[in-house]
Formats: sequence, C-alpha cells, structure tokens
Amino acid sequence: SAVAITGCACSRTKTQRRHAAHFTFQPDPVPSQYGPTQKMNLFQSITSALDNTLASDPTAVIFGEDVAFGGVFRCTVGLRDKYGKDRVFNTPLCEQGIVGFGIGVAVAGATAIAEIQFADYIFPAFDQIVNEAAKYRYRSGNMFDCGNLTIRAPWGCVGHGSLYHSQSPEAFFAHCPGLKVVIPRSPIQAKGLLLSCIADKNPCIFFEPKILYRAAVEQVPEDPYTIPLSQAEVLQEGSDVTLVAWGTQIHVLKEVASMAQEKLGVSCEVIDLQTILPWDIETVCKSVVKTGRLLISHEAPVTGGFASEISSTVQEECFLNLEAPISRVCGYDTPFPHIFEPFYIPDKWKCFEAIKKMINY
Amino acid sequence: MIPQDYLGLAFFSMLCCFWPLGIAAFYLSQKVLQLQQTFDSSLEKPQFPGASAEFVDQLEFIQPNVISGIPVYRVMDRQGNIINPSQDPQLSKETVLNFYQKMTMLNTMDRILYESQRQGRISFYMTNYGEEGTHIGSAAALDPNDLVFGQYREAGVLMYRGFPLDHFMAQCYANADDLGKGRQMPVHYGSKDLNFVTISSPLATQIPQAAGAAYAVKRENTNRAVICYFGEGAASEGDAHAGFNFSATLECPLIFFCRNNGYAISTPTNEQYRGDGIAARGPGYGMLSIRVDGNDVFAVYNATKEARRRAVAENQPFLIEAMTYRIGHHSTSDDSSAYRSVDEVNYWDKQDHPISRLRHYMTARGWWSEDDERSWRKQSRKTVMEAFERAERRLKPNPELLFTDVYQEMIPSLNKQRESLWRHVQQYKENYPLDLYEK
Repeated sequence: SAVAITGCACSRTKTQRRHAAHFTFQPDPVPSQYGPTQKMNLFQSITSALDNTLASDPTAVIFGEDVAFGGVFRCTVGLRDKYGKDRVFNTPLCEQGIVGFGIGVAVAGATAIAEIQFADYIFPAFDQIVNEAAKYRYRSGNMFDCGNLTIRAPWGCVGHGSLYHSQSPEAFFAHCPGLKVVIPRSPIQAKGLLLSCIADKNPCIFFEPKILYRAAVEQVPEDPYTIPLSQAEVLQEGSDVTLVAWGTQIHVLKEVASMAQEKLGVSCEVIDLQTILPWDIETVCKSVVKTGRLLISHEAPVTGGFASEISSTVQEECFLNLEAPISRVCGYDTPFPHIFEPFYIPDKWKCFEAIKKMINY
Repeated sequence: MIPQDYLGLAFFSMLCCFWPLGIAAFYLSQKVLQLQQTFDSSLEKPQFPGASAEFVDQLEFIQPNVISGIPVYRVMDRQGNIINPSQDPQLSKETVLNFYQKMTMLNTMDRILYESQRQGRISFYMTNYGEEGTHIGSAAALDPNDLVFGQYREAGVLMYRGFPLDHFMAQCYANADDLGKGRQMPVHYGSKDLNFVTISSPLATQIPQAAGAAYAVKRENTNRAVICYFGEGAASEGDAHAGFNFSATLECPLIFFCRNNGYAISTPTNEQYRGDGIAARGPGYGMLSIRVDGNDVFAVYNATKEARRRAVAENQPFLIEAMTYRIGHHSTSDDSSAYRSVDEVNYWDKQDHPISRLRHYMTARGWWSEDDERSWRKQSRKTVMEAFERAERRLKPNPELLFTDVYQEMIPSLNKQRESLWRHVQQYKENYPLDLYEK
C-alpha cells in the first residue's frame, strides 16, 4: 500500500503505473496542552494509546488475531514484551469468539481491547455486538454491562483493498442503540479518541483508517489525553456550505474546501463528525442554520449509509434554513471494487461538482 | 545454517593416529548428528508444526464411535441406591434435604407459573421439569462467588443460591420489583449479588463470554471459577465452537455444563448431531470431558466438584455433558405432543426422575417420611402462592425506565425522544395503560 499512497516515482508504462492517493494528509498543529510530543504515524499513535492503557490499568488486556507479534498493521508492536503474554495475546481465528470473549472479560470487570483484523471481517461478530454487547446493560436492569469493552478494526479504502479490505461498516452499527462508534482522522485524534473509548463505560467500536496508518504523521503527545466523544469538531469555519465527513474523507473535504474557495469563491465550513453514534446533532445543525447548505461524504455505499441519517435529521431540524437539497457524495451501491476504485470513491472532483450544484440551485 | 559435521575430520585424525583429536572430533560429530536429528526430514517422525503424532502406512479412517460412546457416570441407580459406595459424596442429612427441598420448590414454582401463563397472568414461561438434578447438583458443587452464565433452563441454580421467590415472580410479572427493570420476557433472570449473569434469548452467546470472564477471573487470582450452562441444541451454534476453542487455547478456569435433554424444541438429538453427543467434542478441543447421568444429583455433584477443583488449580476448561430428559414442553408456546409420544414422557416422569431418585435415597436412610412429604408439599405450595399473589398485585415499573440504561449516561437525542413520548402520552393518556404502572 506504500506504493499506492506515494505514487510511483520511476517511469513505467501507463498500464502499470498505480494512482497516487486520492487525498493529501494534512497534519494538525502540534498540541501544546498535553505535554511533550513525539513524531508518530497513525499506527504508532495507536500503540502509544495502548501502551498508556496497559501501564495505568492493570486489568487491561489486548487480544485478537496476530496481535502478539505486533499485529498486521503494527499497532501492537512491543506491547507483549513490555507487559507480558497474559496481557497481549493471540486468539484463535474467530471473530465471534474474539468479541464474545471480549464481552466476558468486560463483564468480569477487566478492560478488554479486542482487535478485529479488518472491519470487513467484523460480521461474524455482529450478533455478539448487536444482540449482546449493546444490550447488556439495558436488559439486565444495569446489574451487568460490558462498558469495559473496546473493539478496534482497520477501516476504509486503501487503494487496492477491493471488496474485503476496504469496507466502512459504520452504518450497520449506527443502527444499534447501546453502542458507540468512533472514527479518527489523524494520529492526534486517534490517540485521544481511542483513550476516550477505552475509558468510556459503554461498548465502543473504534475504526482506524488503514490508509492513514503510515501516511498520516503528526507530533503526538506521549502522555495519555482524551478527546471527548459525541462532539463534532469544526475544522474550519465558513459561511456558504457545511461539509461533513469522518476519517480519511476529512482530508478530501479539506482540499475540496480550498478548491471551492479558489475556483468558486465559496466559503466552506468543514466538520469532522468523529463520533458516528451518538452523533453531535447540535453542532451540525448549528452549522447548517448558518450556511443553509449541507454536503455529507463517505466511502460507504450511499443507500442506507450514515449520510442518510444525518440528512434526514438535518432536514427535520433545519428545513426552513436550507437553500438547496442536502447532498450526499458517497460510494456507489456496489461492493467495493478492486480495479475500479479510482472511479468508485467519492473523490474531490465529485464533491466539488456537488458544491457547484448546491450553490447554483 | 547446517552445523559443521566433524565426522570426516574425526576419521581422518584417527586414521593418522592422532587419537586425542580424533576422539574429540568423533564426540563432537555425534552431538552435531543429534542436533541435526531434530530438523532432519529424512528421519521417520512427522515434523509438522500443526500435529505431533506418528506416521502410519495403512489407509484407515477413524471410526466415530457412536454405538458404544463415552460412558455415563452415575452414583445412584434409578431407584436411588448407591452403586459404588466409594462414589457416595456422603453429604450431610441437612445438605441432602436442602437439595430435595430446592428441587421440589422449583417444581412447585414451575407448576404455578406455567398455569399462570395459561390463565393470561404472565406472558410466557419455561419449566424445568426433569432437569432439576442438573441444576441443584452442579450449583451445590460451586462456590457462591463462582460466576454463572446460563442459557434459560437453569432456574434451579438461582434457587439453590437463594434467589427469593419474590424475585423470580417479579421478573416473570415484569413488575416494579424486577431487578431487570421489566425489560425482558419471563425467565430471563439475573442476579448481581448471586453472581448469575442475566440471561439473554440468543442461544450460545454466553459460551465465548464465559471464556472471557474466566480469563479475567484467572488474572485476578482469587480462586474463582466460571460455569457456563447450555443445551445440546445450543451446542450446535458457532459460538459454542468459539467458546470451547478459546477456553482451551487461553487456559481458562471454566466448566462447560451441557444439559443434553434430548430435544431442542421439536428437534431430537439425532437431527442435532451425528457424533457421540457433546462430550465427544471436548477432546477435539484438547478439553477434559465427562458424560454424567444428569438425573442423578450426586453424579452431577461429584463431577462438577472435581471439575471445579481442577479447573481452578490447573487453569483449564472442563466439559460435563449431563444426560437428562426435558419432561415439559419447550415453553408455553410449545405443545410437545406434536412431536413425541406421551409414553416416552411418562417413562421419564415415572421411572427416572431426579426428584424421585433422591427421595428414595433419603427414605432409605430414614431422613424423609410420607408425612414430611405431605407437609413439605403443602408448605412449599403455600409459599409459592403467597409470592405469586404479591407479584400479581404489584404495579409495573415506571415507563421512564424504557429510556434508561441504554448507555451508562442519558444522551441528548434519547432524552428528546423521552420528552416527546411524555408529551404524546399526556395528550392521548386514555389510550395508554398508565394505571398499571408506577408513577
């Protein structure tokens, strides 16, 4: 995937050259309020969060397929040696077992951090997540809960992942009360949000944009810190259009905002939703009341995608403020294709075109 | 990286009569040969990382031994006589009487609550007829702090641990005293104080959860065990396979207790599995396993006690398959005469019932008389009826509880929905049964 991200520097024939990534990662400014920082990419910021957790919480355990040697994306490198094999361990290859086991660990009062190797493979665990984890507290009258459970999974397109290494399944889980679903856009966000998920007393699913694991590099605080859940972040203020996304797509929208300003003189307000469930309705609606136009963009297929929930709620709350129909620029209603990925993804030109249509409505 | 072979040098040196060097070289070459032996694929021993076994040159499929399968351990015969005195756990009269009273109290409660569903007083019920031995025998062998994950037909475990009749009733009636706050169908019991995790309807989901809980409990180092109950039908679920495999590979102090009662609703065991029941699967996972007579409360007790002792001492899971028979229907939504004969059911009710067998054991020792039986039946029925009447009269929980405990905290969007329901109910109150609920 390094080739897909950086593009090919050598001269090859047209048929062999792979595309550069569809976005440019834009690092956030160095945070000054959390103490000393260190250059980290996304997977290193995850490792740092997990390291902080294992250090401060003696009950915390990390488990899943291949986490012992460091994980297929290197998120758990060094942790087994540092904290012991009873705390960082491989499980058999069985997602329903990984999540079921994780629920049990949490119910017994320990902190459980379960890794699913790819979000595409989370579906065998769907019953345990939706019927068990999400409902544990409610159905037991608050006698039992699995708030100590956090599930992490690599998420989203990666240039060549195709059907089963590119999915963004957040919409399936957004429909499940009792869960929290969180997606970071960057290393600084990832560490803070992951630590919040781990501390949160509700079962959380944390999706990590895999295309950013190596491509996204920032100065990340070494010490633990939390970024609040269910609080969307306004990354840049604007007056004409509200752009909402999460994860990798934020970087696409930031570029779209620049394009809109340069080429159309349109001022965009960019919002990173961060928490999909429960989502920050107030921040998004406040923005749409101001701008009158909303564009939501995600890689997942458009029908039933999370943009539909946002769109539906915003039109209920802000109907009279809308200057144009709410626009959704999303993946098509197909499985995620391999060779057709450059055509499938909601890239900056599709988003740019959608803004043009909204402005001229 | 082939280790240097000194054999050649050894012979050369010896030939040239430089014996010390030759002998030293010969000795070293033997060590090298030994080293080489561990990785030498030309030697006749399998080297596969996946299995350590011998080679065989006869083509033969292993016969799954269904006809003469794993034997059934029992202590009493069907008339309650001890077969092998060394296996009699020799429990005190007080303990045995308690077993008996708990089993019969459960039976009495089952009859009354089943009837109450038939009369429309509660919405649903599941009886435990015929399986009382599996509950009481296993519960008695555990520590009160051991964590229990159940399926739905283990009410006797809760009863043994002292769950009050009022709480059983409150859950079934979903009244304001229900610890579960009225959220689940009847028989979905749970008790934090008694370490009995609240039951859920999806089958077998508790099995990998029990493995996780046992792992956490192992790390706590407090000598607690976890027990996980499930039926032979639930054992077909993928979650069962997951739970067995995880508990064995991760070395969890866990007892898997399978109630093999012959039916999963209408599906008999010969349509549920083709192998030798559930016990035969244990060795496939590397698990110590046993099959017991589930209607023999002492056999269940002995097996569970030993499994618990070793599970905690050795940090490994144990599988107990308790053979029994589901005398009642699957639930109040089932009429089992549609798929099995009355004769079959009567056999188990009359000839091989855990309660009768224990009673024979007690009467043989002069611990229980006809008079005791009569007065106990009367007293237990009275106690159950009183709890029943109290539960009937109690209001349902405040409808506010519809909205709480979804998350640990109330979230804004849910709060808005709650407010909208209240406004609606205020406006249309005559259409909502508010009088039945607490304010």
